Amino acid sequence: MTETVLSVRDLRVAFETRRGTLTAIDGVSLEIGRGEILGVVGESGAGKSVTGSAVIGLIDPPGRIAGGEIRLGSERIDDLPPEKMRRIRGRRIGMIFQDPLTSLDPLYRVGEQIVETIRTHTDLSAKTARARAIDLLTEVGIPAPERRIDGYPHEFSGGMRQRVVIALALAAEPELIIADEPTTALDVSVQAQVITLLKRLCREHGTAVMLVTHDMGVIAEAADRVAVMYSGRIAEIGPVAEVVRAPRHPYARGLMGAIPTLSDTAERLTQIPGSMPRLTAIPPGCAFHPRCPNVFGRCRVERPEPILVGGTRVACHLYDARGEAA
Amino acid sequence: MRAARTSAAPAGAYVEVEDLRRVFDVSKPWLNRLIEREPRQSLKAVDGVGFAIPRGETFALVGESGSGKSTVARMVVGLLPPSAGEVRISGVSMTDPRQEAARRRLRARIQMIFQDPYASMNPRWRVGSIIAEPIRAFNLIQGEGAIRARVGELLRLVGLHPDDARKYPHEFSGGQRQRIAIARALASQAEFLVGDEPTSALDVSVQAQILNLMRDLQDRFGLTYLFISHNLAVVRHMATRIGVMYLGRLVEVGPKAGIFASPRHPYTRMLLDAVPDLAHIGRARTPVSGEIPNPIDPPPGCTFNPRCPHANDRCRSEVPALLDGVACHAVEEGRLPS
Repeated sequence: MTETVLSVRDLRVAFETRRGTLTAIDGVSLEIGRGEILGVVGESGAGKSVTGSAVIGLIDPPGRIAGGEIRLGSERIDDLPPEKMRRIRGRRIGMIFQDPLTSLDPLYRVGEQIVETIRTHTDLSAKTARARAIDLLTEVGIPAPERRIDGYPHEFSGGMRQRVVIALALAAEPELIIADEPTTALDVSVQAQVITLLKRLCREHGTAVMLVTHDMGVIAEAADRVAVMYSGRIAEIGPVAEVVRAPRHPYARGLMGAIPTLSDTAERLTQIPGSMPRLTAIPPGCAFHPRCPNVFGRCRVERPEPILVGGTRVACHLYDARGEAA
Repeated sequence: MRAARTSAAPAGAYVEVEDLRRVFDVSKPWLNRLIEREPRQSLKAVDGVGFAIPRGETFALVGESGSGKSTVARMVVGLLPPSAGEVRISGVSMTDPRQEAARRRLRARIQMIFQDPYASMNPRWRVGSIIAEPIRAFNLIQGEGAIRARVGELLRLVGLHPDDARKYPHEFSGGQRQRIAIARALASQAEFLVGDEPTSALDVSVQAQILNLMRDLQDRFGLTYLFISHNLAVVRHMATRIGVMYLGRLVEVGPKAGIFASPRHPYTRMLLDAVPDLAHIGRARTPVSGEIPNPIDPPPGCTFNPRCPHANDRCRSEVPALLDGVACHAVEEGRLPS
């Protein structure tokens, strides 16, 4: 991998509640290199969005980072005071959320919002900042940007708004972009445009992207590597071709088989019995063991550590046992 | 059983929809219209849609938001009166006032499954009462003991436990709630189920459970489905025949295999090409241009013409008719490479 932009080591995020401490993220480690898109997938409650929020320092109380470390480049950012973190957000880490309307202020023209972002993080003059805003809008594919820059968010369609949000995220040329379900609210034809755009910009600017989504199709097309999360832990992380075509973790295997595709001819979809455990009742040992078709004694008591198998890291005792046998 | 299904739509289909139309009045209040001198505005949500579903088959409507697919579903089950057109189910007209008695008998056989199962259940009722409601409403079974036994049987049918009848909806996960909604739909001995995005709110592993369940029940009871979804892969998994909608009109109708193997309408082709799919790792896309236009002020002629690479003057002025399963001038004139 080229130079590492983001590195997360053994991250733990806990929420204090009246009924005790809930661990939403438990020992997550990942890194993203320059110009690389890391997909983070999982079903609802897997902790994928919380991982993204932890990186940008937006975990709200009663939640807190309870362990591990997050590094942006060589600098540790998980223990920074809020004021310092605020300056990193937007400048060095850009954000794209699911609903573009909540990221844009309805009372300000689109251009004013981009210019404000540029001028907060750089020392460009108002005039150059506006020229740069027009360049950004052109880059994200908004037609007639000289005119549209003075439009209000409600005058843009859903797809166009998400393009404006991407322009905002890129405004200060960040090293890292956290995109949390950026295409979920969009129709498929528009979704395709936004994915293509995100891929192109990331390649051109060398920006690292953490793409959080529940949609494996989006990950398969956009990401270079993918992390499959389950119950706040990473089940499998590796190159997208390996994880999607030949998943190793039983959960990843079940997940891929459960997704209807445009090409397979299976009459029945693979079923994973049951559903993800609640945070209050994460089973001991491997969190997936009650639903796992390959479960054996050790899975119920001992939590699997990630093991390097081929090009992927898999947290599953099956591979450990195999390793020992070999 | 599945092999016995035919893909052609015979005349005596179970569900017949003819030239269905629905116009919504989206005008401003009359005082505003008076002051601002604006005319009334109307939105053609559904503009001449027709299809037939033979018994035991699944017809799927796909389209992006605003294409009118949910409006069609609501008119088919009778939740929304059509502005024009006709829906006949099992030979009974859903609009003809003279067939009121026959329609009343038919009502119990038609059920709908919604996207959000929680919103379609009374949170203060126990699951047992929720499932028993259609049985009581249509007076299908007499005696509390018999009703309770039937509810238990239905719960087991959808993969839950008869004891779950005592719980409340909030005690279940999304997938389990959708199972309850299906049990309730089956309680009235339904023959025809309309699912409006029934799995869109569910996680993929749970979606697979519900889709498999719906297919098992169809095989077992010979159910007829109208399946509404924006997800082409889900539709491909469920449907016998598919109708693709764009801005209130059907642009292409045909058996599943044909639509996916050789889509003919430029919009269908674009849509299939745009879907992110597991098979497309790192694929370089053919760029898709444009977005769905405002349905209040649709483009004249073929509504897809502003986004269509094959549009000519005829497409910009004349609405294409649905001929041989596809509504496109370019296909009709043989201008499109097949």
